[in-house]
Amino acid sequence: MPEVAITINGKELIGRTGQTILELAAENGIDIPNLCHDPRLVPTGSCRLCLVDVAGRKGPVTACTSKIEPGMVVQTETDEIRAIRKTILELLFYEHRGVCTTCDENGDCTFQQYAYEYQISDEIFTKAETVEPKPNYTTGNEAIEYDLDKCIRCGRCIRICEEVQMDSALTFKERASGVEVTTAFDIPLNESTCELCGQCISTCPTGALYERAAKGKGQCKDLLRTRTTCPYCGVGCQIDLNVNPKTNEIVRVTSPVGCIPNDGNLCVKGRFGIEFVGHEQRLTTPLIKRNGTFETATWNQATDFIAERLAKIKNQNGPNSIAGLSSAKCTNEENYVFQKFIRAVIGTNNVDHCARLCHASTVAGLARAFGSGAMTNSIDELKNAACIFIIGSNTSEAHPVIALDIKEAVVKNGARLIVADPRRIDLVRFSELHIAQKPGTDVALINAMMNVIINENILDADFVKERTDGFEELAGALKDFTPEKAEQITTVPAEKIRQAARIYAGASTSSIVYSMGITQHTTGTDNVLSLANLSMLTGNIGKESTGVNPLRGQNNVQGACDLGALPNVYPGYQSVEDSKIQAKFEKAWSKKLSPKKGLTVVEIFHAVETGDIKAMYIMGENPALSDPNLNRTRKALEMVDFLVVQDIFLSETAQYADVVLPSACFAEKNGTFTNTERRVQRIRTAVPPPGESRSDWETICDLSTKLGYKMSYDSAGHIMDEIASLTPIYGGMSFERIDSVGLQWPCLDKDHPGTKYLHKGKFTRGKGKFHTVSFKAPAESPGKKFPFVLTTGRQLYQFHTGTMTRKSAAINQVSPTGYVEIHLEDAGKLGIAAGDTVEVSTIRGKVSTLAKVTKNIGKGWLFMPFHFHEGPANMLTIDALDPLAKIPEYKVCAATIKKS
Amino acid sequence: MSANVSNTACLDTELLNKILASISNPGPNDLVPILQQVQKAYGYLPKPILMAVSDRTGISASQIYGVATFYEQFYLEPHGRHTVRCCRGTACHVKGGPNIIKTLKRTLGIEPGETTDDMEFTFETVACLGACALAPVMVIDGTYYGKMSFRKVGLVVENARTAGKGES
Repeated sequence: MPEVAITINGKELIGRTGQTILELAAENGIDIPNLCHDPRLVPTGSCRLCLVDVAGRKGPVTACTSKIEPGMVVQTETDEIRAIRKTILELLFYEHRGVCTTCDENGDCTFQQYAYEYQISDEIFTKAETVEPKPNYTTGNEAIEYDLDKCIRCGRCIRICEEVQMDSALTFKERASGVEVTTAFDIPLNESTCELCGQCISTCPTGALYERAAKGKGQCKDLLRTRTTCPYCGVGCQIDLNVNPKTNEIVRVTSPVGCIPNDGNLCVKGRFGIEFVGHEQRLTTPLIKRNGTFETATWNQATDFIAERLAKIKNQNGPNSIAGLSSAKCTNEENYVFQKFIRAVIGTNNVDHCARLCHASTVAGLARAFGSGAMTNSIDELKNAACIFIIGSNTSEAHPVIALDIKEAVVKNGARLIVADPRRIDLVRFSELHIAQKPGTDVALINAMMNVIINENILDADFVKERTDGFEELAGALKDFTPEKAEQITTVPAEKIRQAARIYAGASTSSIVYSMGITQHTTGTDNVLSLANLSMLTGNIGKESTGVNPLRGQNNVQGACDLGALPNVYPGYQSVEDSKIQAKFEKAWSKKLSPKKGLTVVEIFHAVETGDIKAMYIMGENPALSDPNLNRTRKALEMVDFLVVQDIFLSETAQYADVVLPSACFAEKNGTFTNTERRVQRIRTAVPPPGESRSDWETICDLSTKLGYKMSYDSAGHIMDEIASLTPIYGGMSFERIDSVGLQWPCLDKDHPGTKYLHKGKFTRGKGKFHTVSFKAPAESPGKKFPFVLTTGRQLYQFHTGTMTRKSAAINQVSPTGYVEIHLEDAGKLGIAAGDTVEVSTIRGKVSTLAKVTKNIGKGWLFMPFHFHEGPANMLTIDALDPLAKIPEYKVCAATIKKS
Repeated sequence: MSANVSNTACLDTELLNKILASISNPGPNDLVPILQQVQKAYGYLPKPILMAVSDRTGISASQIYGVATFYEQFYLEPHGRHTVRCCRGTACHVKGGPNIIKTLKRTLGIEPGETTDDMEFTFETVACLGACALAPVMVIDGTYYGKMSFRKVGLVVENARTAGKGES
C-alpha cells in the first residue's frame, strides 16, 4: 500500500493511503479525544471531539473522518481546539445526569476521563431537571441495562448492532432533547432481533449500557483484569475476566478491541455465561458413593480408593478393561497428562473424548485427502474470501463470532455466500443462494456440483494436474451424476445446484465452512472427503482465503485431538501402531506402551455391555446427556463396575460415578487451549478454585504417583515444554512465546512463526488425493411408523449439555427450556400449535418437549437442540456409526411427533 | 431472526401491496416516501403494517421506528379524520392565540396531542405556522383560518365536521 507522509504536532509520520488522521495518530501514540469512534465502526464524526487543526483548512476538521494526505500538517492540541472540545464536553455533560461516585463504569469511562482532562465544570449550564427513571427497552432484561441518564447519544450501540452484529435491534427515537436509544416500537430487548451479544455494552463510552448482573458488584476502577480464553466454542475469543479482589467474584467479562481472533466482539455465552464459575453448585470436595449416596471424602481417601480399585481391575482383567474419556473442555496440558496416564500408567490406548462425536470424520477425511485434519485456513481470512460456501454449519448460533466475519465478507467486501442447510438459518439472510438439502444427502449434492464443474470445464486444471492424484477416477465416477439425479435425492432443484457450482468455482477465492451438519453422519467421512474433492477440483486450497474449514465446537477440542486424547494416535497425530513412534514415547515416558489402538467413545460404551470394559475414568465430559441413544449409554454407565468422574459440577454423568473428584474450571487454572484455527492460546488463573477442587492435571499426576508411576510438574508451562519436545507440530510452543498472542500450529521449532494456512505449495501428504465417494442413504429412513426425519444441533444461547450456560440468569431468560422445531403445515395437520407440549419418539425412546412452529425448516423434518436434560434429544438419536471415523449419526434418524 | 410480528390480518395489507408495488426495488432510501404513503392510505402508521414493510423491504424495524418517531408528520397512533393545528408562535401569542387554543380544547373536549373519541378530530399545536400576518391562525386539514377569534372557533370546527373526510 502506498505510503503517505504527514506531520502531526511537529512529528513526521508515515501512514498508508486511506488511513484517517485519527488512526495514524493512535498508531503513533498520539491520543486524540473521541467519544463516537470505535475502530470496529464506520466513522461518523458526530461527537466533534476529535476536531484537529489542519494547516490550510478554514476550520477544524474531524480526525476520525479525514483521510491523511501527503504533506498534511496537523495540530491536535492548540488552545483554540482545546477550547472547542471543552465546550462540547460541557454541552454533553448537560445531558449526562449520572454521578461518577455511584457509577459502575467509574474508572473505565472515556467521558469521565476527558471531563477530568479538560477540567470541565458542570455548573456552566443549568442542570436538567432530575426525572424519575422511566421504563425503557431493557427494563426487566437480565443481561443488559440501559440508563438514559448516563447516555450521551453517541450512537455507538446502534451502529455496532447494525454494522458488526448486523442485527439492527436498536435505534434512536424522537429528536432533539427527547432522543433516546430504544428498540423498534420500544419492545422489550428479548423480543427484538437482539441476540444478547452485548457488543453495545462493549462499545458504550460511558456507563449507560452495562451488564445488569454486574451492577453494584464493584466499580471498574477497582476491578482486576485477567486476560484468558473463552471456555465455550472453538473460536477461542480472548476475554478479560474482571474480578473484584475483595469478593474474588468475576463481576463482568470484557474483551479488548483489536485482539486476535475476536477484535473485542463476543457472543452471549462468552459475555453473559460465566456465572457458573462461582456457582453454589460447584463441587468442592471429593465424593465417594457408599450405599447409593455420595459422602464427602478427603483427597487422600478418594485417590487411595481409586488407585486400589483401578489396580485391582487392571490385575484381574488386563489394562484393556479400563477406558478413559478425556475432555475437550480441559487444557492441552491436562489432555496430555490424561492420555499419558491412560497409556503409560494404565497401559492401554482406550482413550478418547467427545471429538469422536463431533469432528472424528473431519480428522479421518481430511487426513486422507490432505494429510492433516484441521481447519486449513485462518478465521481472519474469511473476511476477504470472494465466495463462502457454508454447508452444515449454523455459524451464527454455534460460532457466533466467526459469523461476524462471514457477514462482514458479504456486506462490506462483496463476497458471494452460498448456504446449504436443511433449515433456513440466520445466515440465509445474507446469502445469494440457499440450498435446503434433505438431511443426510450431502454427498449427492456435492457430487452433482462437481459434475457441473467438470462438465462446464470450470475446474482448475493446472492445480488438479500438479497437486493432486486420483482425478481421472473421480471424473469417471461423476460423469453421469447430474444435478437432475441429485435433485431426486436431495430435493434441491437441479438449477440451484448448477448455480452453486458456478458461483463456487467461478470466484477468485472460495472458502468452505462446515461443521456438524457434515460430520455427524454414518457417511461423515464421505461428506468430508467430498468437500476436500470440491476444493481441490477448483484449486481452492493451499491459498489465502480459501480452504476447507471445519469449525470446531469446543474451546479445546482441537487441542484435545492434537494432544493425543484419541485411541489411535499419540500427541501430534503420531500413530500408536508405528513402532518408531512407540519407541520414542517409551523412551520419553520410561514405560512399555501398547501398540494396539484402543476403543472409541461409543465403542467403549458398547464394550461395557459385553463386559470387556470394567472401569471408566471420565474427565470433564457428560456422556449421560451428550451421547447418542441415551437409554443405552446410561445403562452402560450403570453397568460399569467402577466409574470415576472428574468434573466441576455433579453432572448427569457424575451421578452414576463411584467416585467424583472436584476440578478447577478454566478461570481457576493456567494452561492453553487450541482454537479452531489451530491457534494455541493461554488461559490464566483469575480466581481461586472453590473448596478443595484443583486442576485436573494435578489430580491425575497425584493418582498416577499412587499407582506407582511418578508424574509431577511444577506448572502447566512445564507440561507444555514436555509436549513441545515430543510433538513436532507443537515443537516451537512455549508459554513465553504465546504470552500476548497465540501461535498457530504447525510450529516446528523455537524460530518457526506458526502457520496461517495449511498446504501452501504442497499438501502435508505430498499430493492431495481425490477419493471417489458415492451417495449412501442414512442408517435410518423415515417410514410409516416414524415418518419424520429428526435432526439435532445447537442453539445460540446454550452450550452442549447446559452444565455451564444454564447457570446464567441472562441466558435462562431467553432460553428456558428445550423445544422441537416443526414446519407450520406439518403442525397444522397434527393439530399442534406453537408452545404445545408434544411427544417426540423414535424406536429408541421418547421425550416430551415444547413445539416451536416455524417455516424455517422443511416439511417432514424436525429439529431439536440437545442441551436440555428435560426432554433430552439424545434419547432419540441413533448410535449407528461412520465405519471409519466411528462418529454417530446425530443428524438423521426417523421419528414421529404427536400432541401430548 | 426476526422481531415478533403482530398479527397483520386485522389490517388490509392490500393497500401496502399497492404502495410497495409502485416503487421499484424498495430500500432504505425510499423509507420516507413509503411512510408518507402508508400514512395516507391507513390514516396513521400501524405497527403491523410497518413490520410488514420491514419484512418485505429488508429495512430494519428499528430504523423504520427511528424515522417514524423523528418526523413530526408521522403518527404511530390512529389519527382523527380531521387535523386541527393551532399556532403557538410569538405573533399569534400576542394577538390572542392562547384563547383560541383554550376554546379549541373546550370545543373538542381534548388536550393538544389527543384525538376525540369519535375519531373525528386530532388537535395539535405548532410552534409557528409561518403565517404571522394572519395571526392568530389555525389550520384544519390544510385550510388556513386567519385573524381568528375565539367566537369563530365553534363554527370553523363544525364546518370541517360536515365537510366530510379531511386530509391530515
